[in-house]
Amino acid sequence: MTLVSGFRRALIGATMLGGVLACPAAEGQTVTIAVGAPITSIDPHYHNLAPNNAMAEHIFERLVQTDERARPMPGLAESWRALDDTTWEFRLRPGVKFHNGSDFTADDVAFTIARAPNVPNSPSSFGIYTRAVAEVQVVDPLTVRFRTRSVYPLLPTDLAQVAILDRETHQNAATEDFNSGKVAFGTGPYRFIRYVPGDRIELERNDSHWGPRQPWQRVNYRIVVNDAARTAALLAGDVDLIDQVATTDIARLRADPRVSISEIVGLRIIYLHLDRSRSDGTPFVTGPNGEPLGRNPLDDLRVRRALSLSIDRAAIVERVMEGAAIPAGQFLPEGTFGHVPGLEAPKYDPEAARRLLVEAGFPNGLRVTLHGPSDRYVNDARIIQAIGQMWTRIGIRTTVEPLPWTTFIARAGRQEFSLFLVGWGSATGEASSPLRSLVATFDREKGFGASNRGRYSNKQLDALLERALATVDDAAREKLLQDATRIAIEDVGIIPLHIQKNVWAARRGFIHTARADELTRAMDVAPAR
Amino acid sequence: MTVYLIRRLMQSAVVVLAMTIILFLGVYAIGDPVEILISPDADQIERERAIAALGLDQPLWLQYLTFLENALRGDLGRSFVFNEPALRLILQKMPATLELALAATLFAVLLGLPLGLWAGLRPEALSSRVIMAGSILGFSLPTFWVGLMLIMVFAVELGWLPSTGRGPTAEFLGLHWSFLTLEGLRHLVLPAINLSLFKISLVIRLTRAGVRETVLMDYVKFARAKGLAPRRVIFVHVLKNIMIPVLTVTALEFGSTIAFSVVTESIFAWPGMGKLIIDSIYVLDRPVIVAYLMIIVLMFILLNFVVDVMYSALDPRVRLQDQRG
Repeated sequence: MTLVSGFRRALIGATMLGGVLACPAAEGQTVTIAVGAPITSIDPHYHNLAPNNAMAEHIFERLVQTDERARPMPGLAESWRALDDTTWEFRLRPGVKFHNGSDFTADDVAFTIARAPNVPNSPSSFGIYTRAVAEVQVVDPLTVRFRTRSVYPLLPTDLAQVAILDRETHQNAATEDFNSGKVAFGTGPYRFIRYVPGDRIELERNDSHWGPRQPWQRVNYRIVVNDAARTAALLAGDVDLIDQVATTDIARLRADPRVSISEIVGLRIIYLHLDRSRSDGTPFVTGPNGEPLGRNPLDDLRVRRALSLSIDRAAIVERVMEGAAIPAGQFLPEGTFGHVPGLEAPKYDPEAARRLLVEAGFPNGLRVTLHGPSDRYVNDARIIQAIGQMWTRIGIRTTVEPLPWTTFIARAGRQEFSLFLVGWGSATGEASSPLRSLVATFDREKGFGASNRGRYSNKQLDALLERALATVDDAAREKLLQDATRIAIEDVGIIPLHIQKNVWAARRGFIHTARADELTRAMDVAPAR
Repeated sequence: MTVYLIRRLMQSAVVVLAMTIILFLGVYAIGDPVEILISPDADQIERERAIAALGLDQPLWLQYLTFLENALRGDLGRSFVFNEPALRLILQKMPATLELALAATLFAVLLGLPLGLWAGLRPEALSSRVIMAGSILGFSLPTFWVGLMLIMVFAVELGWLPSTGRGPTAEFLGLHWSFLTLEGLRHLVLPAINLSLFKISLVIRLTRAGVRETVLMDYVKFARAKGLAPRRVIFVHVLKNIMIPVLTVTALEFGSTIAFSVVTESIFAWPGMGKLIIDSIYVLDRPVIVAYLMIIVLMFILLNFVVDVMYSALDPRVRLQDQRG
């Protein structure tokens, strides 16, 4: 659908000239939201997928919740603390009821931890967040203790991902029973009314919710995948809020008095992986005339630094991303757990890059192919085209090859590429997530490096990360994570490009609070006063 | 006739079996669904669990045989994404696509036939030239662009019609239809027009060409000379004889509208089968892709058969029989 984006300009442009539609504020206390990504299930444990999790937060709740900057805050648990290295105690909120009237107690927590990893046919289960738990002890109806297999400081963070279900209601519930509404009962601020796959979900306010009263009697949550159609639906007044605003539309919508934009620096970094899985030459890096080199130039720190220094991140952010990103010099933005203060995005310096190439023994440059997806991340194909031109300028003749995500990611996982663009959203909002998955040495037993598709490996980094994951003290752990991040970045284990901004657009009369974790929720929309 | 039917059925069975093999191999050659579906946070152990849960750890031939065995029992597999039977998912979406395709085909016949007839009978008139020029536009404008323009003019600018979605539905025969409610009809208009533009043009051109050819035939001249009313000449002698190509094309177009109205359904966020298949391809939901294409194969076999039967009704010279017999 790339052709559509070309016409989008014409569409929006013509709209600007047209008449202004009336937009009554919060009529009938209903909010209609159009989201760009399909919701595939109402069962909160079936498929660990961001759009599903966003929907689940309306109906279900977690022990620990996260605020708009991904910081943990009390949810169904009022407080929690570590009793010793391997025991955590959570005090539960009293008087909470599920939508069908069933009481929420510690026993439901035990049931949830047992069900989450064992949903039949799940293509991506929540077992990764419950695996650290060896045993759940129900102390009394409002106190629950978790014994972990080893020291595990991330337990509250992990539990912030797992929706609590009711033992009485969900004992033998199948995924289909959630979708049909038969057992779609949670404790959340909205009740489930109806789910039409690929089309919409309808919700109504839960008047007996323990939290602050929601302003909307009804929520219509519609799936509109096409970017141009989503913008048009907003301008036509059919929907009140849209997410994933196309970067080409942002400037125009910003100038439109009928619409307000809400944005926040997100947790998704766009970066390049470098193939380090073979030292005798990597398939898509050759000499200047296409001759094999007999060694992998990406093993040379100077080459890696040259590749990084020759990328003009500010230009990519400004021209390709139209301002909807910030240049990145590390995994996470400022204000997150494990961010290294002062570790800035590398300054664009083609001269230094050229010198480094000469020092590394490539005075005549190299010939490379840069791969990337064409339909996954915001403007992904255009970003690698821009990088290709920048590298060519310092003598690295670059061929750019965008591929559909479905074939791209399978090939990337088999180490078929030399240099390729990927993105990483840190769902937990702290630095152990990217460190463990992207740059730690690939190791099945430890669960390290699962997405380390370049197979970068650094023993020092692994050791620091392992120590961090066994350190309960927050300050000490953050220091270790910062040190590990510094190593990964200074050794150019990956080449960070930018961190995306998450952008929403709301009709006049509706105020939306942007969230770093990309989730689109009715709880973040308020009527304008 | 009976021999013809039996032969035809056997041929169809072979075609279906061949299609299952081609489809299965084709779909299973692309990508890795687990890489697409799994949360990026998952570690290697979780990946292995997911591969086993989706049955992808089995060798290909075993996966195929399992599929075939289940298919014979009417079970085309469970969607990886929705965890519901693929067939049920597709059938749930069918009313939406069916009513859209029917509305578009209705527009095509109701507008295309009279306009084509007019243009064929008065080829030199200014009105005919306008009709023909219009049909060229209908052919050549890309569907998605026309769709966006329709939304822009009628939804964003004028605010007469809703921009996207299906609106409220009413239940009929156990399925949800939108043409039964006024609001649903309003939602139906724009996408139906969008889909039908190409078809209207097609029918206009086919009809006009047929009419131009037929009016010069001896039997038409004879009918005129006999003093029959012009109305009878046109509707019985001309129109009935040009219906065969028009019918064939309309039926096949109807089929492809059901199967491939992806672009229109995406732009109007119309929750039909086309949108389901494109979403499924995007996440490599193999059971749904295979089930969908199987249904489409069956549908085209059926449509072709119906067209053959209708030929014999329209043209007594066409006999449904074995070529050798």
